[in-house]
Amino acid sequence: MNRTIVEKIISNHCDHPVSAGEVVIPFIDLAMATDGSGPLSIELFQQMQINELRDPEKIIMVLDHYVPCPNDKVARLHDMMRQFCKKTDCKLFDLGEGIGHQLLPEKGYIKPGSIVLGADSHSCTYGALNALGTGIGSSDFAAVMATGKLWLKVPVSVKIELKGRPAKTVTAKDLALYMVGKLGNEAANYASLEFCGDTLSTLDMDDRLTVCNMMVETGAKCAIMPFDQITENFLSQFHSTGFQPVDPDPGADYDKIIEFEVHNMVPQIAAPHQVDNIFAVSELEGTPIDMVIIGTCTNGRLKDLLQAASLLREHQKAPGVELLVVPASRQIYSQAAQQGILELFSQNGAMILPPGCGPCCGSSAGIPGDGKNVLSTANRNFLGRMGNVNANIYLGSPLTAAAAAITGKITDPGEWLHDDF
Amino acid sequence: MTTFEGCAHKFEDDINTDYIISSRRKRDTLDLNILKNYIMEDIDPEFAGKLQPGDILTAGYNFGCGSAMEVAALVLKAAGIKVVVAKSFARTFYRNAINSGLLPIEADTDDIDANDRLRINLKNTGIIIHNLTKNTMVRASAPGGVILEIFRAGGLVNYIRDAGNFPPGVSEK
Repeated sequence: MNRTIVEKIISNHCDHPVSAGEVVIPFIDLAMATDGSGPLSIELFQQMQINELRDPEKIIMVLDHYVPCPNDKVARLHDMMRQFCKKTDCKLFDLGEGIGHQLLPEKGYIKPGSIVLGADSHSCTYGALNALGTGIGSSDFAAVMATGKLWLKVPVSVKIELKGRPAKTVTAKDLALYMVGKLGNEAANYASLEFCGDTLSTLDMDDRLTVCNMMVETGAKCAIMPFDQITENFLSQFHSTGFQPVDPDPGADYDKIIEFEVHNMVPQIAAPHQVDNIFAVSELEGTPIDMVIIGTCTNGRLKDLLQAASLLREHQKAPGVELLVVPASRQIYSQAAQQGILELFSQNGAMILPPGCGPCCGSSAGIPGDGKNVLSTANRNFLGRMGNVNANIYLGSPLTAAAAAITGKITDPGEWLHDDF
Repeated sequence: MTTFEGCAHKFEDDINTDYIISSRRKRDTLDLNILKNYIMEDIDPEFAGKLQPGDILTAGYNFGCGSAMEVAALVLKAAGIKVVVAKSFARTFYRNAINSGLLPIEADTDDIDANDRLRINLKNTGIIIHNLTKNTMVRASAPGGVILEIFRAGGLVNYIRDAGNFPPGVSEK
């Protein structure tokens, strides 16, 4: 039988070949919980009455949602996670190290062909490295800690073929928003999105992480990029071996095949309060913006910060616009500092926040006021998402965010870019 | 056979987990008995006050989209809800519901109105939703194999605590 990438990855983790629709119990290569899901996972693990982790090397916890710690209650939860990790000998990334979805790829934990489960919905990010990354709950995470395995339904696959070369002003975020708009917020529910096409050669690893990160907003279980030279080059920094890249079999069975032509694409924006409420930036041009967020697991990488800096280097931030910049990890923070762009942002009136999820879901500081319009590079704009139901959240690329910071309005970034960008 | 009976509450499409329980409430406490007072507060501030144990949530497409946080399923259960019927579920909510012992049923909910009295029969072979107010009936698929076993155990914690592990080599269509 001819299999899709996800069918082959799950087959490699079961005792028999599997196909879409089966419910199976594969072994898991790596599982990650955050301070949003970890405390409950630990409590549930203890209720399972199993005394030790099946394999501590496959368990990682990251304190990234509440950074720095906002109150005494969360401080107790953070301490509970620290103590648990110490006692069970599993890896902990403490406050300020960065967002789990950035740290796992950045530190070489994600291997092609592996199954990586995260107790956080944006774990589909890891598909950028040809892995099966998907979000799970806290009971699920506890079960992986206890048994090293988890029940999974083998999803159907939807093949997404990306054709053509995007314009310079069209970033990976625009591409992702465009696809979310076209697919809708549940078109791919339960499905695996499998990417192919010549556009991929124009997407570096930062871009691929952005695209895969956003795909849960279509309902997808996972979003998997092929293994190619770009993947290989990215992985070469870790000198890692023993992984098994996975290609689809010729003639594999796809639920749907969808093609997107990207060369005519323009910058995209999601308007309140649904991620699939997508417009061309030019359609909403002039909408006033009070607050701009550049960061998160979608767009807090070095390339994103450099793109935003390319505009904010030559143009002043509009008076009254609150600009927050949140590097996705300590490494990115350092690189941005070395390249002088943190100072550039700061001199231009930005607040630089510590590496972490930032204001994305209202868990850390940076909560918008009543009636404020926010333009964020994050992945969700639900009502109340950032901690205030009276705020409106727009989602765009780092370029679109920077352009809005400069004008105080939604602005197509194209007119600000030099030809040599 | 397991039977559930209760009063229906009706929601639209795309009810996300932030609506079910806001992240800012989780920052203050993880105590479900407190959190249950804030269910759906951002879209219906009166809702939590109206809920009675045994009530049944009904919704359109994509119920539970957004964050994977299990609290969204646990808080409904803590409020005495045992069943959610929706046209479709986001996959993480579906998992969390089963793992928490809350029954997610995929069925057409167009003919169910708020305050209809529903009786739901769950058998291994399928589910029947009786609308006692309208005297109508809708059929739905029951979850299969290990998924139903986890639900019947009362959730994944009980399942693992009782069995010690997953069964080897499980695979069902």
